[in-house]
Amino acid sequence: MALDKKGIAQRIAQELRDGWYVNLGIGIPTLVANYIPEGIEVEFQSENGILGMGPFPFEGEEDADLINAGKQTITTMKGASFFDSATSFAMIRGQHVQLTVLGAMEVSENGDIANWKIPGKMVKGMGGAMDLVASADNIIVAMMHSNRAGVSKLLKKCTLPLTGVGCVKKVVTDLAVLEIKDGAFHLVERAPGVSIEEIQSKTEGSLIVNGEVPEMSL
Amino acid sequence: MNKVINNVTDAVHGIEDNMTLMLGGFGLCGIPENSIAELVKTGVKGLTCISNNAGVDDFGLGLLLQNKQIKKMISSYVGENDEFERQMLSGELEVDLIPQGSLAERCRAGGAGIPAFFTPAGYGTEVAEDKEVRTFNGKPHILESALTADFAIVKAWKGDTEGNLVFKATARNFNPMMAMAGKITIAEVEELVPAGGLNPNEIHTPGIFVQRIFQGEKFEKRIEQRTTRTK
Repeated sequence: MALDKKGIAQRIAQELRDGWYVNLGIGIPTLVANYIPEGIEVEFQSENGILGMGPFPFEGEEDADLINAGKQTITTMKGASFFDSATSFAMIRGQHVQLTVLGAMEVSENGDIANWKIPGKMVKGMGGAMDLVASADNIIVAMMHSNRAGVSKLLKKCTLPLTGVGCVKKVVTDLAVLEIKDGAFHLVERAPGVSIEEIQSKTEGSLIVNGEVPEMSL
Repeated sequence: MNKVINNVTDAVHGIEDNMTLMLGGFGLCGIPENSIAELVKTGVKGLTCISNNAGVDDFGLGLLLQNKQIKKMISSYVGENDEFERQMLSGELEVDLIPQGSLAERCRAGGAGIPAFFTPAGYGTEVAEDKEVRTFNGKPHILESALTADFAIVKAWKGDTEGNLVFKATARNFNPMMAMAGKITIAEVEELVPAGGLNPNEIHTPGIFVQRIFQGEKFEKRIEQRTTRTK
């Protein structure tokens, strides 16, 4: 069965490693914080200016001056710090953040990503996404395999204005975990009960399948 | 040097039609809400506003947009604001969307006397159009220029009469860089204290970057996304 958004977040959480600083984007990526594997310590960075982001506050304890990049009220963990936007992006561009997880509207087989604009329809802006994808070594895209109209989001070539070129190396969708290398999507894992044929039929870009592809263990 | 201005009216004195303003804040967090309300009253128009966001429909810079006082916005993210999207798609409003980190660094550079810098952000995208590309360490970068403004308007938690500023939590965001990049920088603070009332070790923005400081009459500090958990 295809994963729900929580399942995608749960699978991505398995990629976390002890001692990492991690930037989580808006949407599915935010949920990753709920599934940190036991025994490891990670610290979340939010590009509006906090390291050591904690969970949402208890009702009545919200602070208008303490939000994440999604403008949601948050709390701090012990040892947290605040900083200005230039310092925040120095952490990002300077590759001091070990993992970036973000959503996308389209990803191409050579690692291009589009997630900020639909010409004539929707223009929200790129926020920090262009800085994040241009600099991070380790980027995981969290998204549904197809859009609401059933069209594949894993393409030969992106059709929407790009956010970054050749930067995505891993994608986790409701159907699969895929690595991007040598101009193709490589199928690494399947969601429980999802067939290779289904993944193949819903992937427009080149898909490489090597032998038996294991199911995710969640 | 005493930088204290009596009230918001005097603080925004000299802001005229067609000027370029920088306004601190991220979303509705850390925005100079008293000064924005005063600009609505003065009716100054044709403004170019450099600010990460454009507020929401009925608060923050959204108020100036509703009033058609803004000619151009330079921002990184403008979602959550229907009037903004409407004015942009209809062509009434000029919009320059730039990556958030480039926006922050362009302001910092403007205040620091660095005319331009290379960044990898935006390479291969619309943002790179007409910009010089140069490769460093095997990776392409684009040339981004510094930003400055006729007036920068920032919001701080505490300030002293010398213009030294301390920000609270994530309300710091763009405020320190913008304070550096204004020809005249106006700081509105929640609490104004005498010189000596702040610990010099804990000042975020030194008073040299601030020309006018005043204590805001009231701060609504609206929350854009109130998220909580249950006990």
